[in-house]
Amino acid sequence: MININDKQLNELENEAIFVMREVAAQFENKVLLFSGGKDSIVLVHLARKAFWPAKIPFTLMHIDTGHNFEETLKFRDDLAREFGAELIVKKVQDSIDNGRVVEEQGVNASRNKAQSVTLLDAIEELKIDVAIGGGRRDEEKARAKERFFSHRNEFGQWDPKNQRPELWNIFNGRKHQGEHFRVFPISNWTELDVWQYILNENIKLPDLYYTHKRKIFSRNGTYLAWAPFMQLKPTEMVFEADVRCRTIGDITCTGVTLSKADNLEDIIAEIAATRVTERGGRYDDKRSEAAMEDRKKEGYF
Amino acid sequence: MTINGKSKNKSLLRFTTAGSVDDGKSTLIGRLLYDSKSIFEDQMEHIVQSGKRLGREELDLSLLTDGLRAEREQGITIDVAYRYFATPARKFIIADTPGHIQYTRNMVTGASTADLAVILVDARKGVLEQTIRHSYIASLLDIRHIIFCINKMDMVNWSEAIFTSIKSELTLLVKKLDIADVHFIPISAKYGDNVVDRSENMKWYEGKTFLNLIETIEIEKNKNPEKKRFPVQTIIRPHTSEYHDYRGYAGRVAGGVFRPGDEITVLPSLRKSKIKSIDMFGKTLSESIAGDSVAISLDDQIDISRGDMLVASDDIPAISQDINLMMCWFNERPLKVGGKYLIRLNSNEAGCIIKSISYRMNIETLEHDFENRAVKMNDIAHITIKTSKPVFFDTYKKNNITGSMIFIDEGSNETVAAGMIVEE
Repeated sequence: MININDKQLNELENEAIFVMREVAAQFENKVLLFSGGKDSIVLVHLARKAFWPAKIPFTLMHIDTGHNFEETLKFRDDLAREFGAELIVKKVQDSIDNGRVVEEQGVNASRNKAQSVTLLDAIEELKIDVAIGGGRRDEEKARAKERFFSHRNEFGQWDPKNQRPELWNIFNGRKHQGEHFRVFPISNWTELDVWQYILNENIKLPDLYYTHKRKIFSRNGTYLAWAPFMQLKPTEMVFEADVRCRTIGDITCTGVTLSKADNLEDIIAEIAATRVTERGGRYDDKRSEAAMEDRKKEGYF
Repeated sequence: MTINGKSKNKSLLRFTTAGSVDDGKSTLIGRLLYDSKSIFEDQMEHIVQSGKRLGREELDLSLLTDGLRAEREQGITIDVAYRYFATPARKFIIADTPGHIQYTRNMVTGASTADLAVILVDARKGVLEQTIRHSYIASLLDIRHIIFCINKMDMVNWSEAIFTSIKSELTLLVKKLDIADVHFIPISAKYGDNVVDRSENMKWYEGKTFLNLIETIEIEKNKNPEKKRFPVQTIIRPHTSEYHDYRGYAGRVAGGVFRPGDEITVLPSLRKSKIKSIDMFGKTLSESIAGDSVAISLDDQIDISRGDMLVASDDIPAISQDINLMMCWFNERPLKVGGKYLIRLNSNEAGCIIKSISYRMNIETLEHDFENRAVKMNDIAHITIKTSKPVFFDTYKKNNITGSMIFIDEGSNETVAAGMIVEE
């Protein structure tokens, strides 16, 4: 039928497209949260399929921490241009400059958490009533609890102990003024599903996902990419290595993997054999037991 | 393209776990993931550290799925957690659902998309009210496969007599329910007996281990292969020069097979047309079957909008304002006869008034209670409603998609109930 050999991927694709179309039908001011990472790139691809031959009915929105990989930003702009999608960029730096966010200090400082403020301000300012995200339930234990249609109150908060029942594939996106929804069409996809889909569908990715030479250093068992704004501890040494990113986020919290994989088949083989989860290299999740749950309650992606 | 042929054409099995509080649902899943080597090193380190902080003496595998802070502190499951794992035979989506009665709505959420239900029974306690409730809900939701795991066999000396006695009690129970395929396995989730590896302690059990059973069980995915049903989600109008006149009805096939050239009837207008093309991202498809998300275009320009349905002209569903259904009530405020709610069936929305409550299910006896008909949170009842406009539907048993609906409270916007349409 559809050009995917794999029955199971086909089922996941059908589900994601169904969810995208529900979003298009049930909401007015719709954005797709686009980070330049593989999950959001897959979302854009699914949106193109869901509405072909019409254009994507969502505005792409990127919350830019100012600490992103250059390659990600270029990829983002090229992709929006290629598919004729509207792109909104909101900067964490602006939230810092106007006093909405106090920047973290010290060697582990990250703007990851601050993104929530910038995001919620943008949602309020632009009267966004739905934001589509690439979150997957297999990523993290708090995400494993999330509904497809996830309600946010007027403060942008998630109440995980009191979520709406979500029966079958009937999605209730009704809300009061000022509230919004986060919708996760690829909830049921695993990391491996995403990579196999990228391979099957021949989806273009930023070069960062493939092996390249980069200056890195080691911190608490994770390799981090070096950038001029990163503070190093006295014992930390920067060196060059062949690496690739398994996930792409803000530079300060994205771990890189030593790898020489330069094609999708090799990447998939690498991921199938790994004994560490995708977010195992994400510094932002290591901060505390319930780091993700706490950030999500505050309005994080 | 596959890795060592591992993922090629593996069918997806969605299953839910249910049972009473503390009978080891989360532990079973933890054990399944652990023994099938689906737990990653960093997750393992996480639960070891977390267990230490919480003062657990032994490795507590339930910490894998109880992802919320409140769940870990209290050692209970509040909301459904989804877990994913794959073996060379199959890929699985697990909905680990709460056993506690106050979270029944979350259990129903997890069960509503499942192909199979795993119901745990504590060997020391036997069949409890929750066992009956969850078995009943599984049958109500038309889950056609149930595996009863008689757990904590280690605490009853691996006794075959106890297993046999619980099994016969459950056999009596499922006779009252409409479940096609039932299995019984004695296990110890804590020590892993008969979960992935065959038990050394229960040599008397000759059936499959849990993993082997779920890897091999045949699941009928397409429950409604004959009746053509296509609820329209949204209309695709590109407004570009290349596709100036294109008008695609976007939706997911809910039953039957659609092919170009098929004559169809549009509901509610009852106008007929022929399928011109079925499109997906630039490809024209020769057919689409239940589950496919596609766009259908027709020969004639007909007024069709979201909520309408394309069906086979010789097999149209019921069209009516009066509906009988079995309802699971989720809200703290009790159901009111005369109360008005919004209903959503597929992509269709209508108002409704609750006309009558015929009976309430007595979950302990599975009898119909015609006396005490007050429907409170977590109750299941047979009701009749009248809708604000004619709607079209099948019975839930005939088609799970066109026979199900949710009720929404217009004031709070909350989903207050789930309904499954019945004949009478």
